[in-house]
Amino acid sequence: MRLQNRGIWSTGEPFIWLTGGALTMALLLVAGLIGLIFYNGMGFFWPKSVARVTFTDGAVMTGQIVEREPLPEKPGQFRIKLKVANRDLYGADFQWVDEARIARREYPPDVAVIERTEWGLLIGTIKDVRDGGRAIAVGGAAGWAEVQKRLAESERVRRQIRRIEKAEIGAINARQEGVRLKLKGLGLRGITSGPQVEALQAQLGPLQDEYQRQAARLADLRKTQSITVVVAGDGGKEKELPLAQVVSVQFPNSMGLVAKTADYVGNVWSFIADDPREANTEGGVFPAIFGTVLMVLIMSIVVTPLGVLAAFYLREYAKQGAFVSAVRIAVNNLAGVPSIVFGVFGVGFFIYFVGGSIDRIFYPEALPTPTFGTGGILWASLTLSLLTVPVVIVATEEGLAAIPGGMREASLALSATKLETTLRVVLPAVMPSILTGLILAMARAAGEVAPLMITGVVKLAPTLPIDGQWPFLHLERKFMHLGFHIYDVGFQSPNVDAARPMVFATTLLLLLIVVFLNLFAIATRNRLRRKYATSAV
Amino acid sequence: MAGLVSVAEGLHAPTSQGTIMETPMVEIEKVSLWDGLKQALKDVTMSMSKQRITAYIGPSGCGKSTLLRCLNRMNDLVDGVRITGNIRIGGTDIYDLAQDVTELRKRVGMVFQKSNPFPKSVFENVAYGPRILGVTNRSDLEGIVERSLQGAALWDEVEDRLQDSALGLSGGQQQRLCIARAIAVEPDVLLMDEPCSALDPIATAKIEELMLELKNSYTIVIVTHNMQQAARVSDYTGFMLLGELVEFGVTRELFTNPREKKTEDYITGRFG
Repeated sequence: MRLQNRGIWSTGEPFIWLTGGALTMALLLVAGLIGLIFYNGMGFFWPKSVARVTFTDGAVMTGQIVEREPLPEKPGQFRIKLKVANRDLYGADFQWVDEARIARREYPPDVAVIERTEWGLLIGTIKDVRDGGRAIAVGGAAGWAEVQKRLAESERVRRQIRRIEKAEIGAINARQEGVRLKLKGLGLRGITSGPQVEALQAQLGPLQDEYQRQAARLADLRKTQSITVVVAGDGGKEKELPLAQVVSVQFPNSMGLVAKTADYVGNVWSFIADDPREANTEGGVFPAIFGTVLMVLIMSIVVTPLGVLAAFYLREYAKQGAFVSAVRIAVNNLAGVPSIVFGVFGVGFFIYFVGGSIDRIFYPEALPTPTFGTGGILWASLTLSLLTVPVVIVATEEGLAAIPGGMREASLALSATKLETTLRVVLPAVMPSILTGLILAMARAAGEVAPLMITGVVKLAPTLPIDGQWPFLHLERKFMHLGFHIYDVGFQSPNVDAARPMVFATTLLLLLIVVFLNLFAIATRNRLRRKYATSAV
Repeated sequence: MAGLVSVAEGLHAPTSQGTIMETPMVEIEKVSLWDGLKQALKDVTMSMSKQRITAYIGPSGCGKSTLLRCLNRMNDLVDGVRITGNIRIGGTDIYDLAQDVTELRKRVGMVFQKSNPFPKSVFENVAYGPRILGVTNRSDLEGIVERSLQGAALWDEVEDRLQDSALGLSGGQQQRLCIARAIAVEPDVLLMDEPCSALDPIATAKIEELMLELKNSYTIVIVTHNMQQAARVSDYTGFMLLGELVEFGVTRELFTNPREKKTEDYITGRFG
């Protein structure tokens, strides 16, 4: 009997190619996206050389070349975008220049790129260094030598001033506020004089003295910050820059590969570890990283018991019937609700109702300033945990269904109660599925921004939710979030061009954080799966 | 008539010294069971002797497993099950409302058809029962585990892999592990629901050998599809058909000289 060849369709080969091709395309798209973000994001930190271009009419422009594109009206010709910085001198950070106008391009080794605490970068040559108006070093070389000598000390003083302002004066302010609130609390109960009131008021005096002392220290320190650096820009413009505002000085044209790599690493580190400056367009994103990770952690702590208990009830304890089916359908539908709706619910229920009640009962003396009755990291985490609880419930239920009933029977036959069976046999066996649910929940939550915007994320938070003052974890504080940071920097900042590379870098960072959180959970799940090899979910 | 078997006949076991009076351990009296509207057991009455092996044979669906599961109240787990009649184990009515189910299951252990070790280590599997009973001392547990594994003829094979996962054992070893797990709590009665149906002949032989040894300490009730197995290991055999106990008696007599025609038909293979 000869087998007839019915064509390639009967072997199914076209479908293998189709599915394989679709998968490859999807992987390429993902790889392409990640590659684009990686390239733009990581390129942000590489120190760029500074070009000095001389135009055909003799004018000079100094800046870093950041882009090159073909002119739309004149084919074959290009223009380049120069980052000239010096916003306080020129008005605009970036300038487009037709290549046709350029007569000469040089890379002078004495051009400095100075990172400042205000107004962004300063690009120019060092002219001289002055102390209280009197020149102490003149010329580029001598000036740089002088700056190098004093930069470390200036940085130390700047950090000390910030520490006094934030920590010590901050603590004094907190204590004064505490006294004021206690007095107001007494006042609400009708006590406006007497021994309690006097004791509290007596505390105010020493606090005020302490404040004066710290303020005097600050004034002394500020007096030592008298050094200024005069930097020359284009077109004869000069800037006298206080050394206190200088974060770093580099000469990118004279840096070798090793120096540039070292600088690159330093830039990456300061991006991760520093606070933001200049309306989030400069500096680092550490508070946003901290806020994102903390929020995901709190959300995980809340959503796991909630989802697991609900799944156990639905699958193990409830009588299967119409009611349980209805609940299951409702839970699955909850996963499809738009996230902004959860945000609105969070505002209405958590913030106004629960938070407002907490304020009225526990913090009446602070009113009308809300403590818990406004957005905060607690309410944001709770809102997101509601958003992701269906995912955990479904994953846990699938895991419970995959556990063979024989295991439960064996445990009961050994005289265990249902609760003992659940805790000692079922729960360890369903752990991998619970972790699957948690992974999916974290992935979903890390990407949601809309509900956070109205329940507690801000553009710039003055403090972190965890600090050194009791009770150390302040759940009522507003926080910063990487997803919102991307939106804010990319679309809400006053200087979008300057901010664009930062958007890529922040996006890359958010991707990496989510990937690491997921990898950690996946590794834990694999370890558990090897131990309890039953579930396939 | 088919359901009523003389209790006295079942209690006399012929030995070389003549018949002796056996102590009844499990007494089943007029037990009927309804699963929803279907009646799965019809008026079953019989008695099982202490430290003897009693086997149930019969075609699929005749109610042998259902009867077995009544003895440790595992049928309680199924919704819609209703039982009438009386079951006494060791003299106490097990369906008495005052009776705690977990107390009952300490005295009546069960080994299932498909071995179901927990996804834990071998040690933890066998120690599960004692831990539930409150034993926490590590050396006590180790002693119990060793004793149980030796009683199940498994100790030599697993003594150096006590901490490995139980799921890595072979089918026959897993079933012996389940037996070890069941005897770790030292029950009075051991119920075995077709324990060898998923095993190869060599593993089956090992478990049959084990049963003959366990008889010295436990009362064993076994449900089996395999008539030859029932003939090999049991002292008493009951033949069930469609929820009724057709015949019950000493194994040798039931197989060589059955009283009821249905029994004879089944044993000679005319049906079932």
